[in-house]
Amino acid sequence: MATTTTSHGTSPGPSRAPEAAPRGFDPATARPFLEQFDRLKADLPGGSLSWVRDLRDQGRARFAQLGFPTVKNESWRYTNLRALDKLAFQPAVAAETGVRFDVLPTVRAAGTSGPRLVFVDGRFRAELSSTAGLPAGVELLNLADALTHKPDLVGEHLGRLATPDDLPLVALNTAFLADGPVLHVPQGVEVAEPVELVFVSVGSDEHPTSFHPRTLIVAEDNARVVIVEHHVGLGTGATLSNGVGEVFVGANASVHHYKVQREHTNAFHLSHTAAKVGGHGVYDNFILTTGAKLSRNEVRSTFDGEHGDIHVSGAYMVRGDQHVDTSTFIDHAVPCCTSREVYKGVIDDTARAVFQGKILVRPGAQKTDGYQQNRALLLSETAEIDAKPELEIYADDVKCSHGATAGELDDQQLFYLRARGIDKEAARGLLIGAFLAEALDEIPEEGVREAFQAYVSAWQNAR
Amino acid sequence: MIEIKNLHATVDGKEILKGINLTIRPGEVHAIMGPNGSGKSTLSYVLAGREGYEITKGSVEYFGQDLLAMEPEERAGAGVFLAFQYPVEIPGVANTTFLKSALNAIRKQRGEQELDAMQFLKLVREKTKALNMTDEMLKRAVNVGFSGGEKKRNETLQMAVLQPKFAILDETDSGLDIDALKIVAEGVNALRSPERAMLVITHYQRLLDYIVPDYVHVLAHGKIQRSGGKELALELEKNGYAEFGVNEAA
Repeated sequence: MATTTTSHGTSPGPSRAPEAAPRGFDPATARPFLEQFDRLKADLPGGSLSWVRDLRDQGRARFAQLGFPTVKNESWRYTNLRALDKLAFQPAVAAETGVRFDVLPTVRAAGTSGPRLVFVDGRFRAELSSTAGLPAGVELLNLADALTHKPDLVGEHLGRLATPDDLPLVALNTAFLADGPVLHVPQGVEVAEPVELVFVSVGSDEHPTSFHPRTLIVAEDNARVVIVEHHVGLGTGATLSNGVGEVFVGANASVHHYKVQREHTNAFHLSHTAAKVGGHGVYDNFILTTGAKLSRNEVRSTFDGEHGDIHVSGAYMVRGDQHVDTSTFIDHAVPCCTSREVYKGVIDDTARAVFQGKILVRPGAQKTDGYQQNRALLLSETAEIDAKPELEIYADDVKCSHGATAGELDDQQLFYLRARGIDKEAARGLLIGAFLAEALDEIPEEGVREAFQAYVSAWQNAR
Repeated sequence: MIEIKNLHATVDGKEILKGINLTIRPGEVHAIMGPNGSGKSTLSYVLAGREGYEITKGSVEYFGQDLLAMEPEERAGAGVFLAFQYPVEIPGVANTTFLKSALNAIRKQRGEQELDAMQFLKLVREKTKALNMTDEMLKRAVNVGFSGGEKKRNETLQMAVLQPKFAILDETDSGLDIDALKIVAEGVNALRSPERAMLVITHYQRLLDYIVPDYVHVLAHGKIQRSGGKELALELEKNGYAEFGVNEAA
């Protein structure tokens, strides 16, 4: 493999793509992962099922054609994955032992418990997980188990929403597809307790470690569920979490899907979520990011029936040399749907944030109501935000607006607080907290909002 | 209490204060009257410690300390309070959170114990009642959506809670109708005490009918042009600032 490029800059490296590669991809970067896959694939769960093998092979084939995206790719202009190529990741081994988990993150009140699945380096840890308290008929299990024992539960949905296409990371995840949470809520069932999904990155001190968790969430018609994903890091080795999630929201169903990513700063966190929302359905997604060296959350959601409601929001806080990318795509494929996006970010030191938000209103999608806002607060001269809001509208009776702002803390507000005796650091803290609180207010679930608020405070206090 | 000596200050290289001399003792209320652009607001900001003003000459001594060397929060801790002409809106910070943070920050600086939520609530309820303010105004974000009168009442509330030693009231009457002015003036008068001094800055004499000063100073062209008793305010009301080389059209 000709890994001649070592710089992390944005200048294009020497061309080493074979003639077949589409522009903006680097197929050479695929090789180590393909070799690993070929060694591993016989041992992956569900290998006796032809449809599973086909799915993986399609993923492998597409990733072989594409490799990782480069900054020449419009969707990856501001997020450079070249560092991944240099790190020589090894796939996580299944049996990770010797790590103790005394306190796993939770949004629940102390002393209470509820349904929870725990994954360590992408692999399920049954002894830390529980399905207690779920209503009858609700399935909550790990994908490896589902592929082995209940393939029909996932066969209808797996790989249908997140397809490799021009998405090499989805292709890579699909090739390595092995484990991750599966949640199936049958028609009309409301799950009262939030379902917590805990992903712990441990890695290894010997070598960089990669894993590819796959999430499948199906809420049938009139179902309701709240999901909270925690992504945390233990250990110090470099890790790559390349997750893909598929979320099916049935007619008049509602899925509240919240995520907090607090991985350590040697972690690469790449995540792709694809959601489809039926008529009168609600998909409510919120992502809080404070962790990882480099992270990207890509959320793509599509309306599949009229009067649907998609709400994708988040808050990100980065410092040091962290990089955080939020890329959203909302597809108003049918009329009379509402989408709302509110993102707020605080960027300090030399950290960098990217926000790409696209709203597509297809022909005939009349009475669409789309709102998008990204506001960034830059705390240092060297902090950076690249924002690219995009509205693409092919219908004439629509209401769509977007706004992107970037600014510093307000001098007048700072002085007002200081003139009342509040010292400079505390005054800055109050203003930053207030700025982020506006994003957290987008979370309708009170318990989750309060827990996330505590993560925000912890980030502020970690200065 | 405070001794301002030959104070010169510039903003963006332009000299605004050109040698202010003023001594204020505990218990006294001084009024500074002056036309627009005379340097009234600059003086109040310089005393409170706002950035962007360069002191080119002179000194300000406050209880024997060099006031100009102190950070704004240290001045507040030492008892300096500026009631803003234009109180700042702070979305996302509840008025109570702000007041409690301020009070406890100041108590901490004074070496006093911080108040807990219950003690604070009791104190603040007492003060809001006197100012005809509602609990709802405490829950709202600081000054956000407040009318002009509500903002000034909120400033007075902060003063009542923080109990400063030296309060500067910058154009407290601006934007107030007569009823609101009376409420605010009552709140201010309730704080008058032998230990506390006030510097009331205003363009118009009207405010001084309600907050009656011991001394009146006329500020024009960056300097105090004349000083006298409260009768000086009435004279100015009649004759305007023309005597001081200022022509105000309206």
